[in-house]
Amino acid sequence: MTSKNSKVVELEQVVIRFAGDSGDGMQLTGSLFSDSTAFAGNDFATFPDYPSEIRAPQGTVSGVSGFQIHFGQKTVYTSGDLADVLVAMNPASLKANMRWIKKGAIIIVDGDAFIEKGIDKAGYATDPTTDGSLSGYKLIKSPISTLTREAVKHLDIDMKSTMKSKNMFALGIVMYLFNRDPEHVNAYFEKKFKANPIVIESNKAVLAAGFNYADTIELFATTYKVEPAPLEKGHYRNITGNVATAWGFIAASERSGRPLFLGSYPITPATEILQELTYHKNLNVKAFQAEDEIAGIVSAIGASYTGAMAITTTSGPGLSLKSEAIGLAVMTELPLVIVDVQRGGPSTGLPTKSEQSDLMQALFGRNGEAPVIILAAKSSADCFYSAYEASKLSLEHMTPVILLTDGSLANGSEVFKIPRVADLPSIQPPMAQANDANYKPYKRDAESLARQWAIPGTEGLRHRVGGLEKEDGSGNVSHDPLNHERMTILREEKVQRVANYIPEQEVFGSDDADLLVVSWGGTYGVMITVVEKMQEQGKSVALAHFKHIMPLPKNTEELLGRHKKIIVCEINNGQFVKYLRMNFPQFKYQQYNKIQGLPFMVAELEAKFNELLNQ
Amino acid sequence: MENQIIETGIVQLTKEDFSSDQMVKWCPGCGDHAILHAVENVFPSLGVPKEDFVVVSGIGCSSRFPYYMNTYGIHSIHGRAAAIATGVKLANPKLSVWMITGDGDSMAIGGNHFIHTIRRNIDINLLLFNNKIYGLTKGQYSPTTPKGSKTKTSPQGTYERPFNPGVLVIGAQGTFFARTLDTNPKAMTGVFMEAAKHKGTSVVEILQNCVIFANKTHDLITSRETRDDYQLFIEHGKPLIFGKDRKKGIVLNGTKLEVVTIGENGITENDILVHDQYEKDSGVHTMMAAMMPPEFPVALGVIRSVPTETFDQAMMASIETEKANSNIKTVDDLLNSGATWEIK
Ligand code: SF4
Repeated sequence: MTSKNSKVVELEQVVIRFAGDSGDGMQLTGSLFSDSTAFAGNDFATFPDYPSEIRAPQGTVSGVSGFQIHFGQKTVYTSGDLADVLVAMNPASLKANMRWIKKGAIIIVDGDAFIEKGIDKAGYATDPTTDGSLSGYKLIKSPISTLTREAVKHLDIDMKSTMKSKNMFALGIVMYLFNRDPEHVNAYFEKKFKANPIVIESNKAVLAAGFNYADTIELFATTYKVEPAPLEKGHYRNITGNVATAWGFIAASERSGRPLFLGSYPITPATEILQELTYHKNLNVKAFQAEDEIAGIVSAIGASYTGAMAITTTSGPGLSLKSEAIGLAVMTELPLVIVDVQRGGPSTGLPTKSEQSDLMQALFGRNGEAPVIILAAKSSADCFYSAYEASKLSLEHMTPVILLTDGSLANGSEVFKIPRVADLPSIQPPMAQANDANYKPYKRDAESLARQWAIPGTEGLRHRVGGLEKEDGSGNVSHDPLNHERMTILREEKVQRVANYIPEQEVFGSDDADLLVVSWGGTYGVMITVVEKMQEQGKSVALAHFKHIMPLPKNTEELLGRHKKIIVCEINNGQFVKYLRMNFPQFKYQQYNKIQGLPFMVAELEAKFNELLNQ
Repeated sequence: MENQIIETGIVQLTKEDFSSDQMVKWCPGCGDHAILHAVENVFPSLGVPKEDFVVVSGIGCSSRFPYYMNTYGIHSIHGRAAAIATGVKLANPKLSVWMITGDGDSMAIGGNHFIHTIRRNIDINLLLFNNKIYGLTKGQYSPTTPKGSKTKTSPQGTYERPFNPGVLVIGAQGTFFARTLDTNPKAMTGVFMEAAKHKGTSVVEILQNCVIFANKTHDLITSRETRDDYQLFIEHGKPLIFGKDRKKGIVLNGTKLEVVTIGENGITENDILVHDQYEKDSGVHTMMAAMMPPEFPVALGVIRSVPTETFDQAMMASIETEKANSNIKTVDDLLNSGATWEIK
């Protein structure tokens, strides 16, 4: 469908933010627009901005729920910095989101909501739509509530249901603005509300009314179009980080032949992984909601001993509670993946905000010398591959792995090219064979130093493991001083040798760029966006974004040494940079840190990097 | 499942199949030795292949137990054995899982796992060695130490009210609770067999003597002089009668249990409460578990045994149903389910 009454301008990329009261259905509005974006062939990424209160008072700033989508005709790496278009269903959502939009952005508001009561509740002294404070923006103020009522007055539905569909009027306007075909949103209504024909009808009517209203009254002098992105051939879906994490584990379980066991306890923002896995009993997933964080990991250790691909999922405070048990998994040399969906800390901290502040805890937060493998996922879709790789390394090397993701990745979503399980790398845990006369619990593979996995129910392999120090080879309890030293070194060496099984660190950009930008984990999207942009401007900057934290890739030292300047960027007070200083003290590192519970913005990084290049 | 479980009854095993080569390091005279022997005697007669036993423990004197059994086993961390056992059982419900724990391990640091495992009714056998003291750390009071006891951390006597494990277990909706003595191998063996038969969390409290730090704590119950007055061996369907000449009994008087003498005040054997271990209502079982000297004898034997669906059965049933009913059979199906699109 093309818009007739306006000029169509082509854009490379756009950021839209849908905001309204918790009850206004903005998440659905956003996800329907995402589906339409997928249909249009754009690349995209999204991020929901939920209120931290479950039921905050209606109409207040703390009750605002938002959804941001960034889409484009080239690769989209993040859900975007500042929005080009804001849909604000009430004064509070306008107030809450003004700092997240660009100067000159299009603001679409429901004029009917800008009455004294709503303006008051939002904490405005005067009506922002009339007092001139929005003069730098393109304000589109339409009586959305009234027009929604009009659109369905021929149908027999009550006021409450009518008002619930006003988000579809707003969606209709936005669909018009971006020259989208409303048809497949209609298809969604038909599927979703199959049992309730009147709801299908009213939603369709309201969506069409919004679309046609924008056209008829020539709401916009210009409409926009974003051409399809040159995505590779294949099947795609939209996926959040938490779902991708859950699915990565299920894939690893299928590929390894080891049944998946999750022991977990609900905690923001990791809970969806537990929830998602409880839905996949059909794939033989055993998801156990334990009585606490400790039982979550400990039951997983019991399951791991018994031959399951065992995992536990949590966030920072839960990782603290699991520390002792991680030590047990290190000592018993059993496979186990611990997912930490990082959030702002310490203590309860900022549960709904993202941070990269558990790195040191992951590296060192245990009694004794207890090394584990550490991976950090770099994007929502990459959570799938990171969970898969974490499982593979854990199973094949018989050692716990901590997988760090974060709140932004967990809740954010992006386009995911659907892989075939058969194309994923094989996973071959070192299973001990029944009645193997030479079996010894702590006999190791010469290359990887992994011990064998002998599981209960197998004849001829009965053995005991536990938290007491083990005698090398036999695995019997040992207090021998030299044995303890040898075992401590072996456990460390086993983890260090994983460097032989992971890829070398890639550098995006030229080998001898003046400035090497270093980052890790969930910030990949914004880092690559900035570095790519600066490279296009001819700046001598390269990016090394780390996914493998422990051990570091083998070429880390060499690549750090190739650049004049190094800056390490993190959403914390400087943890990875300390780790690099510890490992490679010969280099000089600068750092850029943000500890506000907010992601990096392209502009701030660009400014910082330019400043360094000009020094 | 890769585990081939041999059908019950066709395996001939002996005690020697379960003795490990590790030196047993409990103090001489410790009650733990007798419990180990009883377990070694019970395992061969359960009809379970030897590789299908898993013995798990936490931390404490009793928790060394897995090292002394030639089975699969895990000696884990303090208080967490119930969670380990849960993971083992859920990962492979065919295994015979035995958890060894003490009063501190299960009811202090591990209290949360203890009650929730019992509440879920996971099919494990939980042997609780109750010596009423912390032995391994050398003599601090535990959650079952009698009030007023002088220990390393209560030089003036404790002012904590102790737990009664049976009352706690039944309060946590336990489906099986039995009590026995480290000094009575025959009774122990019998009760362990009953525990093994019960589907669900079978908790057996063993009154165990720590010769070093709480010697004779169960003396009133176990000593030759007093035991007849303080041991009440219970049996399903039999009246609660005890005493040297079997003249004492327990009656239900109103809402309370009471000790009576048969032949006095017109009391006959017919007035004595008859034990019903299968009664779902936990009222009388709780009162029986709560009986303590000097007012009462201690009930020994199976106090409560109520068949109830186990967590592991329910979970497996749910998995089977989901497998049968779902169109998603593989991860490829999953990845391609729901809203997807194709770029050609
Ligand atoms: S300290 Fe007590 S409980 Fe521990 S082994 Fe010695 S006698 Fe037994």
